[in-house]
Amino acid sequence: MLSLRDVSKSFTGPRPLAVLRGLTLNVGPGEFVAVMGESGVGKSTLLNLIAGLDRPDSGNVAVDGTDLATLDDDALTRLRRERMGFVFQAFHVLPYLSVAQNVALPLALLDIRGPEADARVAAMLDAVGMGSRGASMPRELSGGELQRVAIGRALIHRPALVLADEPTGNLDADSAAGVIDLLRRQLKAQGATGVLVTHSHAAAAAADRVLTLAADGLRDTSLPATR
Amino acid sequence: MTAPSAHVSVVGATLGGAFGHNRARIVLSSLAIALGVALGFAVQLVNQAAIGEFAGSMATLSGSADLEVRGPRAGFDETLFVGLAQDADIAVASPVVEIDARIKGRDEALPVFGVDAFRAGTVTPSLTGSASDLLDVLRPDTAFVSAAAASQLDLAKGGTVTLQSGLRDVVLTVAGLAQSASSQSYAVMDIAAAQEQFGRVGRLTRIDLRVRPGADVAAVRTRLASALPTGVSVEPPQARADATTRMSRAYRVNLNVLALVALFTGGLLVFSTQALSVVRRRAQFALLRTLGLTRRRLVCLLLVEGAIVGAAGSLLGLAAGYVLAGAALRVFGADLGAGYFRGVAPAVVLEPLATFVFGALGILAAALGSLIPALEAARAAPAAALKAGDEQAAFHPLRRAWPGASLLAAGALASLSPPLAGLPIMGYVAIALLQIGTLMLMPRVANFLLARIPTPRFVPAALALDQLRGAPGQALVSLATIVASVSLMVSMAIMVASFRQSLDDWLVRVLPADTYVRAGSAGDSAFFSADDQRKFAGLPGVRRVDFQRAQSLLLDAALPRVVLLARDLPAKDPARALPLVAEARVGVAGDPPPVWVSEATADLYGYGLGQRITLPIAGRAVAFTVAGVWRDYARQQGAIVVDRALYTALTGDTTANDAALWLDTGARVEDVRRELEARVGPAGALTFASPGEIRTISLRIFDRTFAVTYALEAAAVIIGLVGLSSSFGALVFARRREFGMLRHIGLTRGQIAGMLATEGLLVSGIGLTVGLALGWLLSLVLVFVVNRQSFHWSMDLHLPWIPLLALAASLLALATVTTLISARSTMGADVIRAVKDDW
Repeated sequence: MLSLRDVSKSFTGPRPLAVLRGLTLNVGPGEFVAVMGESGVGKSTLLNLIAGLDRPDSGNVAVDGTDLATLDDDALTRLRRERMGFVFQAFHVLPYLSVAQNVALPLALLDIRGPEADARVAAMLDAVGMGSRGASMPRELSGGELQRVAIGRALIHRPALVLADEPTGNLDADSAAGVIDLLRRQLKAQGATGVLVTHSHAAAAAADRVLTLAADGLRDTSLPATR
Repeated sequence: MTAPSAHVSVVGATLGGAFGHNRARIVLSSLAIALGVALGFAVQLVNQAAIGEFAGSMATLSGSADLEVRGPRAGFDETLFVGLAQDADIAVASPVVEIDARIKGRDEALPVFGVDAFRAGTVTPSLTGSASDLLDVLRPDTAFVSAAAASQLDLAKGGTVTLQSGLRDVVLTVAGLAQSASSQSYAVMDIAAAQEQFGRVGRLTRIDLRVRPGADVAAVRTRLASALPTGVSVEPPQARADATTRMSRAYRVNLNVLALVALFTGGLLVFSTQALSVVRRRAQFALLRTLGLTRRRLVCLLLVEGAIVGAAGSLLGLAAGYVLAGAALRVFGADLGAGYFRGVAPAVVLEPLATFVFGALGILAAALGSLIPALEAARAAPAAALKAGDEQAAFHPLRRAWPGASLLAAGALASLSPPLAGLPIMGYVAIALLQIGTLMLMPRVANFLLARIPTPRFVPAALALDQLRGAPGQALVSLATIVASVSLMVSMAIMVASFRQSLDDWLVRVLPADTYVRAGSAGDSAFFSADDQRKFAGLPGVRRVDFQRAQSLLLDAALPRVVLLARDLPAKDPARALPLVAEARVGVAGDPPPVWVSEATADLYGYGLGQRITLPIAGRAVAFTVAGVWRDYARQQGAIVVDRALYTALTGDTTANDAALWLDTGARVEDVRRELEARVGPAGALTFASPGEIRTISLRIFDRTFAVTYALEAAAVIIGLVGLSSSFGALVFARRREFGMLRHIGLTRGQIAGMLATEGLLVSGIGLTVGLALGWLLSLVLVFVVNRQSFHWSMDLHLPWIPLLALAASLLALATVTTLISARSTMGADVIRAVKDDW
């Protein structure tokens, strides 16, 4: 499903920084992978490369067999729209849309409207435990509830790949556990592939495989029971 | 339970954040667009109404004439009529004498047309009257007046109107109304009576010709033209209206451009509002881009957002412009005070094309104002933009110097270009390029100035300076509007001050005598005969009298007549009596006699110093040498000065229109005036004026003409202040978390206020400094390019330092107060909670 081969990325400027060096990663369809590492090691950069929001200096990134280097900006945008979902640490829920409208946003971008869209949104809201809050506005929700809405938005259009960047970073332990559990269940229910970037060992423990990103590359650091 | 509606559109998701939080600023932007549209639309409606009415009146008065034979205002030999009337290709020839007759007791003239009623009835029926007694059309003391004249002068059938010819009264009985629907004021009488009463015996002003059916009008015109005497031309009637509208074209275009300036400033306000709105929503756009919104679609949606603001402003502006046009016509007249369309009283008519164009311009200005922010929003990398603190990256493109520098260079080159089709088009382009180029260089200029300000010890002020140095891009968006509006205000203020001072200096120069007396006060029917002039001799208290005769010459049928001023000039160095713009040419033996041409004449007819020219005087082509070029602000159509003795010798015309009197020391003007009235003219036939009175009236007319400019200056300043307030308020809102953090660590409300006041002062100070400098630069283009190419007169640059500095100080204080008021929300408790906000 996801393949990174010998990927390197540096940032230029007054203080040049080589973030990723010769990184290789393969993630199978339906697999849930967690990537851990120290702050600044390049976890978010890795996610940006997978999402096509940035381009590697060298190496290949392929999603579902498509080499991202062969796509222009519009094609990458369409790929994200159709095949990917995103969950952010800061939630990034639009404050002027209701909960239901926020969840429906990816469907609107895909031109899916009307009763079909309403039905899918209602089902997703139930799945993420926000079935009674569809008409609420984001300012009325807690952090955990906001992240549930974000998960619903990430999965409403049945993407093949979901990228989650520190989704529990702004949550308390109880909310975090609930959110990670929800994310894993929904991924498995849809058969989607998931890549989770996190500091939290508790969050990483929910993944099928745990990888640690360090200066010298990516290592599989899964506990024996998860391999 | 019914599932809540999940309906959401991409448009709503993208634009929802704009109209939700930004309402007040969007309303202000719309109002700025509305102001620009209203001013431009009003000017256009007034111009169209005036020209339409004027052309319509001309056409009505020209009737079914195919051609007009015209010459100087004094007329041409009437024997020309005989040959034309007998020409095989001419079906009807109708002779006309035109007199601008001064109305006794009033400072206005009534156009009087002397016609052959039987011929005029078939060619120009509007120049005939509805007579109950047919003999009225032949009586020497009767006239028919137009409905407009009857209304304005309160005339009815059987009443009388007293006009002035020379210094005597001509009393005409109103025999009825002229047969015309024209809104112009005029009177019609028998041609022989007109010639007799107004001293035009043997002279005609024009001959209206109707060509025989089947004849080629153009061919007839060409044939007749070759046989006409010098100074007489034959043209279609439309040429006369075209000549007048052509002279007013530069003034009308100038007004249109001034109105578009207001629209440009409104567009800048939209730019600053949109730029800051886009920065605030940067993360939102990044999310949408991440979820799959393409760059192109984001740009289109943001342009639509700007266009919506523009559309709202346009609708309001069109309505306001229509109302404003009606008011302007009532208060300033059809020519908005410039004097081109006297006697024309049009009504405002809604023109679909003008309505569409100005409505579209408002939308376009707002959409263009949104373009750069839209492109920047699309350009932003979504991954970086999702992080807070990335806002400064939005303004990095502003730091490149080459675009602004290129535009400045292009503007400088454009200012050197000649006029296009008689209009200073490249001058206007230069102003736009210099403006935009400077605005694009503002980041560098601001960086330069901020780096040179020493860091103050007062902590809030130091924080303010650090904030501006570290994040100059955000402040610079506020600067755009204030720099634009201040520079435009300063440039117009310098131009108007230069023009006014130059006019005042010119008046001092051309009015050297102690008092002036004119036969009549309006029109061309009053004059001093040779006998009248002899009565000036020996006036007690008068040591010198100079007379002047004003006539007009037709040098080019496509242009209005040039004024010929026959003056008593000093024998030694006659050029000293004129405000020359350069050294006079010293006469060379064998040269034709000298004339001195005004700048307008030199520009319009291509006359140069030393050039030999011929002028049609008394039906002959007489050779002259251009001995000098002088400045003349009174006659935009051009003027030529010739020695009066020579003029009299060439024409036999011994009359004069004006006299300039120099008094003995101690003599009183009132005594001289009383004595002159007793000797020369009946009461009311003479008009006296001192140089001071003439100067006061002239400057009052000047101020009235520029009233529209003053209004636009005020509008530009208001828009600038509003823009600063609006954008500063938006910036402060975006920095709520920063202020919340400062309040958390112990800064008081007063210290936050001090910090904001310092920021406002610094931003306004930079804006004013750059605005003053740019305004001076733009004024050079206005004074030496636009005005010169538009009106063909030069002026000296005059900087009104004290008013400008006083204005700058006032604006600085106002701007600082404005920014404080806009930022008062930062003083509240909400800002402390803002650190917890998601966005």
